[in-house]
Amino acid sequence: MKLVKVYVTLKDSVLDAQGEAIKSAINTMGYKQLADVHMGKYFELSFDDDYAQLDQDVNAICDDLLANPNIETYRYEIMEEQ
Amino acid sequence: MKFAVINFPGSNCDMDLYYAIRDGIKQTVELVDYRNESLEGFDGVLIPGGFSYGDYLRSGAIAVHAPIVKEIIRFANEGKIVLGICNGFQILTELGLLPGALIQNEKSCFICETVDLKVLNNQTAFTNEYQAGQIINIPVAHGEGRYYCDEKTLEDLKINDQIIFEYQQNINGSVAQIAGVTNKQKNVLGMMPHPERAIEKILGSDDGLKLFQSIINYQVKVNN
Repeated sequence: MKLVKVYVTLKDSVLDAQGEAIKSAINTMGYKQLADVHMGKYFELSFDDDYAQLDQDVNAICDDLLANPNIETYRYEIMEEQ
Repeated sequence: MKFAVINFPGSNCDMDLYYAIRDGIKQTVELVDYRNESLEGFDGVLIPGGFSYGDYLRSGAIAVHAPIVKEIIRFANEGKIVLGICNGFQILTELGLLPGALIQNEKSCFICETVDLKVLNNQTAFTNEYQAGQIINIPVAHGEGRYYCDEKTLEDLKINDQIIFEYQQNINGSVAQIAGVTNKQKNVLGMMPHPERAIEKILGSDDGLKLFQSIINYQVKVNN
């Protein structure tokens, strides 16, 4: 099986309200040197091994569902599933 | 006029909309299940508020792939009336029928209150009963209602008079205080505030009724 790990995050131009709230909580915990927190989403997709169009299809799945290109960017890595 | 109110799993303002059409403006209305594949015979489609698919992934993102959506797209492309309120607005932006996106409120809490909106464009199918610049009182109830678009899109929205409603106080951090926008053709409107919850005085405001009456005025004009 092929394992695809997808990471979706907000574009830099979009204020990450949750990231800001988490940052302020971490600062309150006493970690004053923390400069920034970005929160995102993580997906694991498993595919059959012989999938010629895997790369192309993962791109399409990300563009059409997992990420909203108006506000988010994504990246992914393809690996052998253990 | 015959309206369809689309019922997604997790929609919860469907009956409010149904009531606004049936009792507010005395028109024909039917609830249409998201698994249907036809909107044949309807003149307008209304997408209600709520939490379709539990807001999983992003608000509105999963509803976009429901069977009925192809028909909503057809309606929009044929110039018929499409109105999305709250979660309905989120679905319309996810679909790409409206520009921009709706994301978590700037202060990440749920906002539930009645707000003042300014009618920026009263020359549309949805606002012809209002005065230009009129301030109306409509409730909001959302956690992810912050309208976001890039500068180029905002420029286009302004040039084409697509910004229909503007918050008088920027409750959620929306770009340009935007509460509702149309597509370029102006037959598709999305708005976060709930006009269907403001159709009689006993609800606190009846300012929302004119939005639905405007649709009727528009349709009468189109039919003649």
